[in-house]
Amino acid sequence: MLSFILRRVLQSVLVLLVTGLVAFAMFRYVGDPVDTMLGQERTVADIERLRENLGLNDPFFVQYWDFLGRAVQGDFGISYRQGRPVGEIIAERLPATLELAAVSGVFALGFGIVLGIFTAIRRRGTAANVIMTLSLIGVSLPTFLIGILLIYVFSVELGWLPSYGRGEVTWVSGWPTGFLTSSGLSALILPAITLGLYQMTLIMRLVRSEMLEVLRTDYIRFARARGLRDRTVHFRHALKNTLVPVITVTGLQLGSIIAFAIITETVFQWPGVGLLFINAIQFVDIPVMAAYLMLISVMFVGINLVVDLLYVAIDPRLRAEGKAA
Amino acid sequence: MALLGIEGLTVEFPTRRGTFVAVKDADLTVEPGQIHGLVGESGAGKSTIGAAIMGLIDPPGRIAGGTIRFRGDAISGLDAKGMRALRGRKISMIFQDPLTSLNPLYTVRQQLVETIRLHLDLSETEASARAVELIERVGIADPETRADQYPHQFSGGMRQRVVIALALCSDPDVIVADEPTTALDVSIQAQILDLIKELARERQVGVILITHDMGVIADTTDVVTVMYRGEVVESGPTREVLGNPQHPYSQSLIAAVPRPDVKLGRFPLIGYGGRVTEFRIADLARDWPMPETPRGTPLVEVDGLTKQFQTRRAIRASRRRYLTAVDAARFEIRQGEVFGLVGESGSGKSTLARMIAGLFPSDEGDVRYAGRSINTGRRGVPDWYRRDIQMIFQDPFSSLNPRMRVDAIVAEPARHHGLFTGSALRQRVAELLDRVGLGADAGLKYPHEFSGGQRQRISIARALATQPKFLICDEPTSALDVSIQAQILNILKDLQDHLNLTMLFISHDLPVVRQMCDRVGVMKDGKLVEIAATEDLFAAPGHDYTRHLMSLMPRLDGLSDTALQRA
Repeated sequence: MLSFILRRVLQSVLVLLVTGLVAFAMFRYVGDPVDTMLGQERTVADIERLRENLGLNDPFFVQYWDFLGRAVQGDFGISYRQGRPVGEIIAERLPATLELAAVSGVFALGFGIVLGIFTAIRRRGTAANVIMTLSLIGVSLPTFLIGILLIYVFSVELGWLPSYGRGEVTWVSGWPTGFLTSSGLSALILPAITLGLYQMTLIMRLVRSEMLEVLRTDYIRFARARGLRDRTVHFRHALKNTLVPVITVTGLQLGSIIAFAIITETVFQWPGVGLLFINAIQFVDIPVMAAYLMLISVMFVGINLVVDLLYVAIDPRLRAEGKAA
Repeated sequence: MALLGIEGLTVEFPTRRGTFVAVKDADLTVEPGQIHGLVGESGAGKSTIGAAIMGLIDPPGRIAGGTIRFRGDAISGLDAKGMRALRGRKISMIFQDPLTSLNPLYTVRQQLVETIRLHLDLSETEASARAVELIERVGIADPETRADQYPHQFSGGMRQRVVIALALCSDPDVIVADEPTTALDVSIQAQILDLIKELARERQVGVILITHDMGVIADTTDVVTVMYRGEVVESGPTREVLGNPQHPYSQSLIAAVPRPDVKLGRFPLIGYGGRVTEFRIADLARDWPMPETPRGTPLVEVDGLTKQFQTRRAIRASRRRYLTAVDAARFEIRQGEVFGLVGESGSGKSTLARMIAGLFPSDEGDVRYAGRSINTGRRGVPDWYRRDIQMIFQDPFSSLNPRMRVDAIVAEPARHHGLFTGSALRQRVAELLDRVGLGADAGLKYPHEFSGGQRQRISIARALATQPKFLICDEPTSALDVSIQAQILNILKDLQDHLNLTMLFISHDLPVVRQMCDRVGVMKDGKLVEIAATEDLFAAPGHDYTRHLMSLMPRLDGLSDTALQRA
């Protein structure tokens, strides 16, 4: 078990080194920072001095090593556009994105699993068929359209919920949270639904098809033949067996909720890292882009590690293999 | 009053093309302590009767007529709640495949405790103690430790014992056992059947034993009911029905069972309810290239073949673990003979066959075919060898590509080796399909349109397409019903007689091996423990393990001798 975790952590580190290389390469190959930093009135001597000061004359790997060393300490350099440390800017923005992702993740998982089970058990029922048909809309409509439709209905026409921003935030030990104020909570609802709707329908359809598969197995028939109640059969025996594939997909989806909140954040002007990234691209703010890339890859790697550990926690057969492998 | 009585049971499955009657007007009774066998071929409706008793017929199927009574009370009309009160409490069920009937994610104790507490008013600790007691009673050693293990940590036979323990949780009066030993090795089968017999005798449980295996019926049951296409054709005490079958179907079924006690020339085929499809293998002999070597000289020489599978990977060599699947196998297969390989699952028979076929590389040793080594290079076995050998696999459902038309399937090997092209190839394929008894038109269909036996004929036609000299048959009939098995085995016998084919025939079924093979090798744990001429082996087995296997063969002493007379 320990060797399994160690091996996974090692692989994760390798992945991070490679993405770090890509992030670092952006500095070198997407424009010359010296050009950007020095104005029109520059001499060759100025350029040389700055190069020397910035360490740009060092060998490639020395520079990469320096970059990694600083990145590990959260130092991604200084934003070209805002002139502030990138780490600081991201730390400001990250809580907004994480809160949004958490809420929409819970929304997607909760509703997705419950509806998935319901549609699998009442496979022939009217309600299940209606839900399945509606879920097609969730899968096929693009995120920005859902966001705009929700804004139109609930903000413009009904006026129930705010159409942009994250409302009033309170600071809890250095973390700006929207969970504690009513305006913060109401501002979360629409973006969270927009961001989570696709994931929810995806999880629901996945849970449903896995459930249908499991309900056909011999051990479910044998559980019924032993006289177990339907509730026990469905929730104790069937559900747990559907979880391994569901966790795989959910893990990846949760990563993309955070990584690709960009569209939702743009539509709702949500002050998160996605919006920051979009602006960074517009202004070729390479330090911010590089930091974002690193942040997202750390998240994906972390989530995948958790997913792998969850497999083992759920399925005893993998424990044995973990030992053997 | 009978423990369980079924009168006039009819089960229907509505389909788009009209109603399919799975069981028609069936009668059956079970007394306490009695084992009632329900026998018939696939599609006979025997499992449907089991499902009807449990109230587990999958919708849209339904009981259309008749009653099922338990101790005199009708249970066939009960609602879901009433049925649940009986299910598992008074009537329990054991399924065919022990590998899939247990939930893989819970320990044996968790599953037992859950079921015990559902039926009996016990606390968690009391239920847990009872669980351990049950595990012990079904003959699992060290029950306290084993209880906390997961199903995958048990072997197939042990899992079936756990399944039986689960079925016994609430001291049921009736147990419906649906093919309880079909997926198990003979030695495990004998143990499980003994356990079922013991339950019936000591606890006066009434057992319905559903099986397609006449040996199991003869060995275990008191009363037998023979079913054919949903109808009961004959019922009575086992000895009478097996010894003196009245109905023509029972006669044909019993005649088709391979006899363990005497070797017959061919399998007797008594067609009932459908004509036996003819095949004319002899016609193929016209242009068949006859082997150059005379009959009896060694064709295939297996010299010390060894295969190891790594079961634990580790960086340090000392910590790696290996399983030796085949351990220095050494034997020869002579021109024109059928060489049998018998052994229980995991004994390495299939691995050995695959190495001979060149599908697995061997770790050590060599195979010589007609004097030439087949290990000639890195790119697997040479083409001339591939053309000369063909294989027939066990599972007729997964060994044919479902997206290819049958004529393309049969033509593929010949096309690959460039033996025939164009119209000659088409003609060849049509002829092959015709000769195995499918008719040339079969080529236009897809595999799913055929039954298991017909698919196995397609496999044979495909194997014959390159005009091979050596055929490897890996359990070619173990997925088939006995009457179909007899037909397929007859085709194989004809191949040997008319085309002078040499065969390696792998089976776990000793009676079949006795009927098919000239010489037999017995495998145990990767080693060939005995090689002998078939009749010598059956008359006087030399190795302890062979004797052990022989003793487990179901005895069919009381079986009707019609088969002998007709042969």
